[in-house]
Amino acid sequence: MAMKLPPKDVVIIGLGWTGAILAQELTDQGLDVVAIERGPWRDTANSFNIGYAPDELRYGVRLDLFQRPVQSTLTFRNSGRETALPIRQWGSFQPGNGVGGAGVHWGGQTWRHLPSDFRIRSHLTERYGARFIPDELSIQDWGVTYDEMEPFYDRFEYLAGISGKAGNLNGVIQPGGNPFEGPRKREYPLPPMQMTYAPTLFAQAARSMGYHPFPSPSANLSADYTNPLGIRMGQCTFCGFCVGFGCANYSKASPQTSVLPVLMRKSNFEARTECEALKVNLDRSRKRATGVTYVDGSGTEWKQPAELVLICAFAFNNVHMMLISGIGHPYDPKTRVGSVGRNYAYQTYSSVQLFFDDKNFNPFIGSGALGQTVDDFNGDNFDHRGLDFVGGGTITCQPTNGRPLAQLPVPPGTPRWGKRWKEEAKKNYLRSVGFASQGSSYAAYANYLDLDPTYTDRFGRPLLRMTFDFPDNDIRMSNHLVDRMEPIAKAMNPRQYVANRRAKPYSVVPDQSTHNTGGAIMGTDPKISAVNKYLQSWDVPNVFVIGASAFPQNPGYNPNGTVCGLAFLAADAIISKYLRSPGPLVRT
Amino acid sequence: MTRALSRLLRVTGAASALLAAGAVRAVDPQSFDTLERGRYLAIAADCAACHTKPGGKPFAGGVVLQTPFGSLVGPNITPDPEAGIGSWTDEEFVSALHDGRGRRDTYLYPAMPYPTYANMTRDDALAIRAYLGTIDPAPDKIESNGLRFPFNIRSTMIAWNAINFTPGRLAQDPSKSAQWNRGHYLVDALGHCGTCHTPKTIMGADKTSAYLQGGLLQDWYAPNITADLREGIGRWSVEDIVTYLKTGANRDALASGGMGEEVVHSSSHLTDDDLKAIAVYLLSLKPAERQTRQALADTDVRMRAGEAIYKDNCAGCHTDAGTGAARLFPRLAGSSAVQSDDATTVIHTVLFGSQAAATPGAPTGPAMPNFGWRLGDAQTAAVITYIRNAWGNAAAAVSSDQIRTVRGKGGLN
Repeated sequence: MAMKLPPKDVVIIGLGWTGAILAQELTDQGLDVVAIERGPWRDTANSFNIGYAPDELRYGVRLDLFQRPVQSTLTFRNSGRETALPIRQWGSFQPGNGVGGAGVHWGGQTWRHLPSDFRIRSHLTERYGARFIPDELSIQDWGVTYDEMEPFYDRFEYLAGISGKAGNLNGVIQPGGNPFEGPRKREYPLPPMQMTYAPTLFAQAARSMGYHPFPSPSANLSADYTNPLGIRMGQCTFCGFCVGFGCANYSKASPQTSVLPVLMRKSNFEARTECEALKVNLDRSRKRATGVTYVDGSGTEWKQPAELVLICAFAFNNVHMMLISGIGHPYDPKTRVGSVGRNYAYQTYSSVQLFFDDKNFNPFIGSGALGQTVDDFNGDNFDHRGLDFVGGGTITCQPTNGRPLAQLPVPPGTPRWGKRWKEEAKKNYLRSVGFASQGSSYAAYANYLDLDPTYTDRFGRPLLRMTFDFPDNDIRMSNHLVDRMEPIAKAMNPRQYVANRRAKPYSVVPDQSTHNTGGAIMGTDPKISAVNKYLQSWDVPNVFVIGASAFPQNPGYNPNGTVCGLAFLAADAIISKYLRSPGPLVRT
Repeated sequence: MTRALSRLLRVTGAASALLAAGAVRAVDPQSFDTLERGRYLAIAADCAACHTKPGGKPFAGGVVLQTPFGSLVGPNITPDPEAGIGSWTDEEFVSALHDGRGRRDTYLYPAMPYPTYANMTRDDALAIRAYLGTIDPAPDKIESNGLRFPFNIRSTMIAWNAINFTPGRLAQDPSKSAQWNRGHYLVDALGHCGTCHTPKTIMGADKTSAYLQGGLLQDWYAPNITADLREGIGRWSVEDIVTYLKTGANRDALASGGMGEEVVHSSSHLTDDDLKAIAVYLLSLKPAERQTRQALADTDVRMRAGEAIYKDNCAGCHTDAGTGAARLFPRLAGSSAVQSDDATTVIHTVLFGSQAAATPGAPTGPAMPNFGWRLGDAQTAAVITYIRNAWGNAAAAVSSDQIRTVRGKGGLN
């Protein structure tokens, strides 16, 4: 029997980026806020010693920062005809754990989605006609426009100290930036990072082909910075231990480096770590949440009553929490009825690896988001008439590291061990570079999340079940991108290049991307979306569900810029609308 | 007659009349102004440093202070009549501050900085007393005397006081500005900066000839805070000092260790005017005469080894040029802490790490990680010798023996 605690104004499940942003904004309004965090406390000073933060075995191989599958995992299958099995070792994606969440181990690429991304079904219908959209796809408009998102993107970019070059200031295209991006009100807070050799060479080749390369917007700081909260961050040192690692230099924006030093000082905020939320409690009407039940590190169960419940865990954990708690109607792919679990999407990744004889790239000089991007083939930036797919992706050259265990590229045909492998590894270490397309993942009716009928977690709750395969549309899209990438590779004039095309079936084994989206998507119609345009549950209005779970489909960008923009949007809606008049913010 | 003088006469006239009538005392312990002033003075005097345990009840005591003569524990000064000072008279309280005498005339140890608090005005002492009377009484009984024989006998302080202590209030220096005099009062009557920053004699008294020129306390070396250009704070402007005391960080340095605690508990809460006064006073302190020091040659084998270690371990944050990053990573080039004659603080910081104070004005609280687990004594000595002699710095080389000594004591803070 759970013991009942004194009530709080707000209880937040998960203290990553979105939880930290919401807590910061709502405590500023004087609300009493508690965050329930499943994993351990982490701060830069005590958790990321520069002497051992770059420990590739601990962090890169043994995945120290990530969720332990034995603590919680999910089951996976490619289609509804198969039986899902639990994922017992992370591969394709790696969900974070602990304070900071995925904001600790991310690389720092910080994008805004294209204006057309937010109303993709309407946009494609207007431009190409409704029949152009493949039948398998369940893509939807977001219910929010780019213009509505602009101030919230801006809030996050200045909070995090994003380094980049604007491509469109108030509608005027800026040389050196991304000419395809939506108009921004002002420049990035910091100039782009200094470029290393490989992205420079890539940009030259891309430019020679008429494309528009620009420095990737980065949360690895190009200069020392003081954010609007007064927190100091340092210039990135290009140490090469970024994605998958905590930053020891205060150089990668994270909840730790950008929010928590101020949030933790507040007397009206409390973080309870090593506490796992079991469910959101609802009253008898099932229309109102009364709080959260959680288990602390000693196994004791507690009930935390609250006026407002914010579900701010990782994308698919948000969906799990809704399903476990009975918030909203579970999606059924047979009838296509139901909102929760719908439109789970991912990322469609492909790459090219180049081998040179005469170049030295010093690959160990790198960071999570240091590179050059071509956006000419993303979203609907290019004319899809005559093509057999919708969507697109960034093409980015971004050497993040030259780590000794993970980054020893060898040409195909090389043995995987022994003398010849050593020779090739040595010969190619400094002389190889890759670039990749981060392709969109468009939602399909057959891809979804629900509760597994067989497997349970240590608390006896059903595991989340993921049913996913790449839509044929996305494979065609990805091949189209590789067809554009190969000529760029040729123009860079390597000895040899190898294209890695994406193919079905999707597998959870090889590392691809931790960009899982959807399942609790936002929209304008409660029948086909779980939350409204303010990320408020349609069914339980004092619950907000914040994260990439709200993406109706995943555009061809890294998600975190939009995830945190949405966090600011939700905070603004709660403060300016909900607190004045608690209840549904959108009437249907 | 100037207006100020005439106003002063009016005020004192009125006060005399009231005193004569016996209507009120000079310090009304119930007035908001007195309590608020007492609260501010208790912060300026940093009573909490010794009388409030981290995370403990305010002024309930329990902070352990290591001295060369044994340990002392800050007593409970809440109004609890048994465990605290609730049953003390005002006279007894003032006597503790001014004369180093506790109840029933017992002798206090000068870890309670009465040689400094003796400089405090009686009104200020009574205001602090009034404020302490408003604190929640805490029943925590504290045994404060952990000294070794014979120092544990309090009457030994009779002899100590005879030699080292001259009671009496701080005199105003009419030749100096009001701001300077205020600064002097804050430094020498309230802030007791000399407790850490003035070196001690063998008897543990201030070595007055080396006033504020740096002292060693609990394995931290509190650096020279006179206007000395190399070892002191002579390179800093008034603004630099104010920013440092207010936030714990300025363009060059970050407060950590004991100074970090001081900033968090005390100086970050002072008014800008008071901080400016402190800065003006400190910068007026002429540095001691000293010989110019020659830096070790770049070709010195310790310098070459130290530079290699520095580039591998330190340059990522402190940069190749030793410039650091303002308000995040301390500047080493030109740093007085780095070039101090006594390298204890630098050794301590490299071996055990240290976290900067986090304040509302500088909330980041960045940390220097510990390197003791990965650098041996000779490596640590080489890298510290290097930073003490690179980029125009000049200071004596540090030996492996010095590293071993500090390492052997373990990280206290």
